[in-house]
Amino acid sequence: MATREVISNGNELAAKAAIDAGCKFFAGYPLTPSSEVMHELSDLLPKIGGVAIQMEDEIGGICAVIGAAMTGQRALTATSGPGMSLKAENLGLAQMAEVPLVCINVMRGGPSTGLPTRVSQGDVLQAKNPSHGDYKSITLCAGSLAECYTETLRAFNLADRFMQPVIVLLDETIGHMHGKADIPTAEDAKAAIVPRKRFDGDPKDYFPYGVEHDEPAVLNPMFEGYRYHFTGLHHDKNGYPTEEIETCRKLIQRLEDKVELHKDELESYEEFMMDDAEVMIIAYGSVSLAAKESIRHLRKEGIKAGLFRPITIWPSPAEKVKEYTDKIKKVLVVELNIGQYHGEMQRAAARLDIAGLFKVNGRPISPYEIVNKVKEL
Amino acid sequence: MAFNYDKYLRLEKMPTLWCWGCGDGVILKSFVRAIEKMNIPQDDICVVSGIGCSGRFSSYVDFNTVHTTHGRTVAYATGIKLACPTKLVVCVAGDGDALAIGGNHTIHGCRRNIDITLIIINNFIYGLTNSQTSPTTPRGMWTVSQKAGNIDPTFNTCNLAIAAGASFVGRESMLDPKKLEKIFIKAMQHKGFACLDILSNCHINLGRKNKMLSAMANLEWIDSITAPKKKYDAMTPEEQLNILPTGILKQDLEADEYCDMYAEVQKVQQGLRKALSQDDFAKKI
Repeated sequence: MATREVISNGNELAAKAAIDAGCKFFAGYPLTPSSEVMHELSDLLPKIGGVAIQMEDEIGGICAVIGAAMTGQRALTATSGPGMSLKAENLGLAQMAEVPLVCINVMRGGPSTGLPTRVSQGDVLQAKNPSHGDYKSITLCAGSLAECYTETLRAFNLADRFMQPVIVLLDETIGHMHGKADIPTAEDAKAAIVPRKRFDGDPKDYFPYGVEHDEPAVLNPMFEGYRYHFTGLHHDKNGYPTEEIETCRKLIQRLEDKVELHKDELESYEEFMMDDAEVMIIAYGSVSLAAKESIRHLRKEGIKAGLFRPITIWPSPAEKVKEYTDKIKKVLVVELNIGQYHGEMQRAAARLDIAGLFKVNGRPISPYEIVNKVKEL
Repeated sequence: MAFNYDKYLRLEKMPTLWCWGCGDGVILKSFVRAIEKMNIPQDDICVVSGIGCSGRFSSYVDFNTVHTTHGRTVAYATGIKLACPTKLVVCVAGDGDALAIGGNHTIHGCRRNIDITLIIINNFIYGLTNSQTSPTTPRGMWTVSQKAGNIDPTFNTCNLAIAAGASFVGRESMLDPKKLEKIFIKAMQHKGFACLDILSNCHINLGRKNKMLSAMANLEWIDSITAPKKKYDAMTPEEQLNILPTGILKQDLEADEYCDMYAEVQKVQQGLRKALSQDDFAKKI
């Protein structure tokens, strides 16, 4: 993709990406540190004939977004941890009814009201299963200013491909970081749009949920002559509620398999100085910036460290992690929580000796803390 | 000739899950007749329902239909309407749905005056889940969650909607399907938020311990607590106590509709008109 240079912050870049991705609808509620996404879109969306509405609460925000997405529009909401907790039930409906949307979570310290203006990565496990029940979450995590743009863009395409919500995790540091970024041109971003599938045949032959065992529903836009039913209940091929045993089993298995069996389309990670690495640091989001800096220091001191940075964090790049951890003895997970992704990495590596450097006081991890921790290994 | 409902129903979903004698069927049929009279194509209509007995309403009618989470009908409908302002968007919710868990969305839908019709099927109880107290359960009535009698004061749905800013507010009961049909048409034709308090029976779960074991007994009670607005207005304040007026209780044709206002916002942002000032709204505050 051709790129352009912009000076902006993470939240505004995510908003800009939504516009270039063809998003026409935003609904949300003010929540630090994510509010700039709404501020920016309340300017940008009406300019292109779209809508940005501040709803009465977080729940109203996600519900209006799902409603707009049901009509066929690309739609976005943005929030932080407390808002994710409130949106959880309706994210579950979007998983069940297979409504594509993008939900940005700019993470702050939790639990509860936590540390509203300070950084955290404490919502990583929440992003895996925000709502009750079985489904496979797709979560992307931006590790740079440019990725606030590119990952939001990718999220819209993945939402339409897999017909489900896609969560984009930023964190307070990256959301509020102001600086220069090279992002794709709007033309290239638009050219990369892959709209959701639609059915063009006779409405009599249309079964929105009557798809293959590993395929997402084909949901035509509302008001175009293909009348069907959305529900959070278990449903049949028409979307009508049912409790028929096999239909119920197949539906939930399909929600799992449509993602699980196509993980290759989702996988995304960065390998930084991993070719000859003898120490593997695993970090994501803003922490990866400190990790890269620490690696430069460590290398100067003769310690061959490298960074593995998951970008699609759910589903996790477990196979790739195992490839590395089978070869590299010293592995360190660095994150701004008390080991949420560390557990997943131990599972992926099938090893219980993976080290962790965690911080939960709302402050970023400095490169020197990582350097010191690596030297202890 | 008898009215043929088939065109508007998902016949494969019949019979409904509603109990024998339930008023929801009468309300559904009145709604269908209203749509037929309005002559709007089925493709241009979206019916959004919540959770509860009324939640099943959307799955029985052949429109674009959405069965949402508990209490969130108006919020979903707000997204649908703003995305497609020319389409008819109707919410069907229960009393617990629209006034308890979804109360916030209901009042803010009223406040925005967005062009959505909210039909609250008010049977004074949580019917689907076996008789828990709702915000409209009369004080003193037995519920499964308040066996010594309900101590919670009740919401007057229409007064709430009027206070919150809905531009069309009305009440009818399923006792008179013709009036239902009429008020549905007027509400859906009205441009702005229309909130309807539609009283219905639940002899199974409201009636069973409150001496209304049959649909008729439950309906007689509804009849005894309602009076047409004209008659109600002629009553003394003492007589008005515990009586709910029926008919159109408010219709404001001047109030700004939200989608129209948002279109103005789009024009401002696109440089097609000057920004909205406080003076623009001065007369209306």
